[in-house]
Amino acid sequence: MTYKRKDGRKNDEMRSPIIAKVGIVPNADGSAMFQIGKTIAIAAVYGPKKMHPQHSQNPERGTLRCTYNMLSFSVEDRIRPGPSRRSTEISKITQWALDPVVMLNNYPNMVVDVHISITQADAGTRCAGINAAAMALAHAGIPMRDMVSSVAVGKMDKTIVLDLDKYEDSEFEDGEGSTDIPMSFTNNGEMTHLQLDGKITKEQLKEAAKMAQKASKEIYEIQKKALKESLGDLK
Amino acid sequence: MSERKIVIPGETIEEGNDFLPGEGTEKTGEKIIALRYGLAEESNRLVKVIPLSGVYNPRRGNVVIGKVEILTFNGWVINIGTAENAFLSLAEVPGFVNKDGLDEIMDIGDMATVKISGINKRGVDVTIKSRGLGRIDEGIIVSVNPNKVPRIIGKEGSMINLIKEETKSNITVGQNGYVWIQGDKIEDELFAKKAILFVTEKSFTSGLTEEVKKWFEENKK
Amino acid sequence: MIKTPYVTGERIREYLQENKRFDNRKADEFREIEIELGVSKNAEGSAKVKIGKTEVLVGVKMSVGEPYPDSPDKGNLMVSAELLPLSSPRFESGPPKFPVIELGRVIDRGIRESKFIDFEKLCITKGEKVWTVIVDIYSINDDGNLLDAAGIGAIAALKNAKMPKFDKKEGKILYGEKTNDSIPLAKEIPISITVHKLGESLIVDPTREEEDISETRVTVGSSNGIISSIQKGNETSLKLEEFDKVLDIISKVERDVFKKLEKFLK
Repeated sequence: MTYKRKDGRKNDEMRSPIIAKVGIVPNADGSAMFQIGKTIAIAAVYGPKKMHPQHSQNPERGTLRCTYNMLSFSVEDRIRPGPSRRSTEISKITQWALDPVVMLNNYPNMVVDVHISITQADAGTRCAGINAAAMALAHAGIPMRDMVSSVAVGKMDKTIVLDLDKYEDSEFEDGEGSTDIPMSFTNNGEMTHLQLDGKITKEQLKEAAKMAQKASKEIYEIQKKALKESLGDLK
Repeated sequence: MSERKIVIPGETIEEGNDFLPGEGTEKTGEKIIALRYGLAEESNRLVKVIPLSGVYNPRRGNVVIGKVEILTFNGWVINIGTAENAFLSLAEVPGFVNKDGLDEIMDIGDMATVKISGINKRGVDVTIKSRGLGRIDEGIIVSVNPNKVPRIIGKEGSMINLIKEETKSNITVGQNGYVWIQGDKIEDELFAKKAILFVTEKSFTSGLTEEVKKWFEENKK
Repeated sequence: MIKTPYVTGERIREYLQENKRFDNRKADEFREIEIELGVSKNAEGSAKVKIGKTEVLVGVKMSVGEPYPDSPDKGNLMVSAELLPLSSPRFESGPPKFPVIELGRVIDRGIRESKFIDFEKLCITKGEKVWTVIVDIYSINDDGNLLDAAGIGAIAALKNAKMPKFDKKEGKILYGEKTNDSIPLAKEIPISITVHKLGESLIVDPTREEEDISETRVTVGSSNGIISSIQKGNETSLKLEEFDKVLDIISKVERDVFKKLEKFLK
């Protein structure tokens, strides 16, 4: 039996709406929001600025520092404010996803801070966060080789699907269960981030990666449009 | 490419071997790629990206406005809004200064117009040895996106001169995005501030000077 | 980042002596207020409040726990705030500092002391199980007066909230199944307004620039003219005549702000 998606989406269809906007935090050097389905992420960039604490300074190049944080009420069971193991890991994953495109050679001893907040969560928050962060970095005028676009693919029982929602990510248990594979790509097609939780064969994973790469192009177009339309909003 | 257009990082601006990569771009194969978000512009085959955003990068010769943060035994540490503070040495002040009287020249919290005389590993050195530089005694300081500074000044100072004339105010535009306005009345200063913010909002419309003249017509009481 | 310079501060004070402000407002005038409700769907209630360029996001979550021994038949309230580093170059990551702790406490008292929430109606089983109302406040952009924005946001999010279902048998909250019941709230909305002293002048709703040179502030929480909480903050003292003026300003501004809120909070 093939898996049929509860919300009626095709297997390779992302959730809607997908909304992207830049300039949402006037105080920041660059900022953006990214919504996919019911998941909403906002991101703000400050810098390049002096790195504190001093022992974290890198005299060779500037440092990208990402902080991912979920607002306490963004999920059903309230999260206690402050960093957790999960948020600490995702912060680092986000930095790794973006580092390959960010060019900070000319900013030794400095830091670019990217602050990400999830204001409403319904699976795929790290991907939404990375999408918002990439836009905010560009908006802040940070030198970048390319953009980064992020989406999850997954496997529900035996079926490969795109962009898991909360039910698919954490409630579905039939057959082989649910596999979640968040990935990020440059527009050039290179993979900058990959995680996987579940069970999958190598062939299926190859198929899933192709599906995610294709979807990342769609996300790129949405990010691009938002950045191009924002001229009037710059502080 | 005849018109300027907004590009995003990684975007191909031009293809073919007719073009040369300028600031904010890179040549990959036959493509000229944007390395930052901004306005792509081509002149004489040279393609570059004019930044719309981003922090101020100090350059030698720039006049900037900053705040005195620390007095040392031989000078002043000045915050010019950059990652590293600037240093004004006692030797870069016109006339004789008593080492015990540093605070009489400039005290902590004072604002000053300074010129960048050198940039080295240690940081940014500044001077107040030219005309129009030194402590700011009164007026208002307005903060703008430093990338808009060229438009506020205009070609050979045309825009800033227009604003000065219309508002009867003295205005110094720091390249770091801090603008000092001093007029006879606070109203004049605020009028100048409003005009400057109008320029920053409209900064990439063509025929901006005409647009600003019109704005003055409409906004003068 | 350079904080409001002394020279600009001098001009702000000078201009205030003529009863004028840089953005053309009167001393006792608020900026535009915008409220959007239900902005975070997993919260029982939520609100985004903008005052000029200042923006906060407030969410309400409900949980079930044991009552305090001294009030076995009453629900609880918990208010916490976070000044997100996302919202200003001045805010840093790390353990909460005093301003954010104070913010949470001032808003907590404004709600608690005005008896806006009917805690007795939040009792499920006396001495055993009661509802706890949790209000979380986040700054999104700080352009001055986060305090009043947070207060308005808390009230708006509480008004917006719907109780989730509680499965008594399992002792579990079914967050997915919101009921149609609001949190039991009083009819009168408590509003807290902060008056700032700059030089010889008293103003409300300062921009960042104005707040930077504020010497002291008084936040007054009141409901229908009855005061129920006050906090005087910062070092500078206040003459009693000035305090009288503060209260007069509050009475007027309260009505103005209430009018601005009405269309959002019907």
